Amino acid sequence: MEFTQFLNELWIARGALWQGFQLTVAVSALAVAFGTVLGLFVGMMLVYAWAPFKLLVRLYVDFIRGTPVFVLVLASFYILSVIGIQLNAFQAGVLAITVFCSSHVGEMVRGALQAIHRGQTEAAMAIGLTFRQTFQYVLMPQALRQILPTWVNAATEMVKASTLLSVIGVAELLLSTQQVISRNFLSLEFYFFAGLIYFAIDFSIERFGRYLERRLAAY
Amino acid sequence: MDYRLNFDAVWRSFDLLLSGLGLGLGLAVISIFLGSLIGLVAAFAMVSRNKVWRTIAVVYVTAIRNTPILVLIFFTFFALPQMGVRLGKVESFVVTLTVYAGAYLTEVFRGGLAALPRGLREAGLAIGMTEWRTNLWVIIPVMIRNVLPALSNNFISLFKDTSLAAAIAVPELTFYARQINVNSFRVIETWMVASLMYVVACYVIAAGLRRVERKLAIPR
Repeated sequence: MEFTQFLNELWIARGALWQGFQLTVAVSALAVAFGTVLGLFVGMMLVYAWAPFKLLVRLYVDFIRGTPVFVLVLASFYILSVIGIQLNAFQAGVLAITVFCSSHVGEMVRGALQAIHRGQTEAAMAIGLTFRQTFQYVLMPQALRQILPTWVNAATEMVKASTLLSVIGVAELLLSTQQVISRNFLSLEFYFFAGLIYFAIDFSIERFGRYLERRLAAY
Repeated sequence: MDYRLNFDAVWRSFDLLLSGLGLGLGLAVISIFLGSLIGLVAAFAMVSRNKVWRTIAVVYVTAIRNTPILVLIFFTFFALPQMGVRLGKVESFVVTLTVYAGAYLTEVFRGGLAALPRGLREAGLAIGMTEWRTNLWVIIPVMIRNVLPALSNNFISLFKDTSLAAAIAVPELTFYARQINVNSFRVIETWMVASLMYVVACYVIAAGLRRVERKLAIPR
């Protein structure tokens, strides 16, 4: 009886939940994409930049990593409008998670670049490659292969962090679930359902990461 | 841009922010302590020969680790009362964070157990200790000392997760920061101070834990 009622309500709410799901995927995908590009630069700066720049980037990374994502989301949402940057909640949220993602990817890239043996650079220099060519053809391919599994796991973190946008009013999956619950009061069932969807997303991403790890380890 | 920084409103409520920071730290300490107990039990379950225990532990860890903590917080706070479990907001948050910490710490301890040499258990059994005593007096102390760095990382990230308690109105740092932000409109100042407090707290905790790690490290 109760379960059929839940299914009935689920059917009624399908549109809202589907839209929430799409927003969740959009937020995560955008944040991971932008965050990765930014993070690559951050990581490179942390290794190769001129010392004062390096210090600045280090401060940026440490500051972001020491601040809870929730505070980043709230700060981004409230501060940007005050300093005259007009972003809606969705954009402010994506920005916050992008920044969060960039600090994680930055540290990964730094670790990977520093783990590459010096001999690689020396060999590249010896055959006459410029620094740019060395980086592009020798260092980066190796670093990217090494960070790939961790990077995939970071993607699951971004999906989870996207739930925080519900607090600033972005109707992603969690907020649309709450809106549905406020209509039918089936909080147990619908929170469970939302959890299940997030689980499905993150679990498949995590499995994909494991798969990549195995594939790449074979080389 | 014409914006003059004015920290008055923030300083006036600074003691609130501090008490919020204290509450956050307290929540993190309690949760990591209780979570460690869960994590220890679940880690032993994961490496046990009993398939039922193993399955329960794996399901627990996988389910919790792949669900956003905010969903867990709302589930405990809003959905459990439907099943007749009524908790205050602080208790409800502690329960959530404990269960969440437990899942992550299980992985840490499992890794620690797997890294121990077989001889350690055999040595314990050989001098006539029971299975239980070997675990309690030999395996666990050595394993915990090995995984201290991972424990520290988890503690810091759990401390940052206490900011989410603001979502169910637990009066910790983020909650007060939001309140000051809304009441005074000193937006930039509020979030600057709040995030700086988190950063400094994380830095101090990290430094403190590193000292503990060095003290307890197994001499090589």
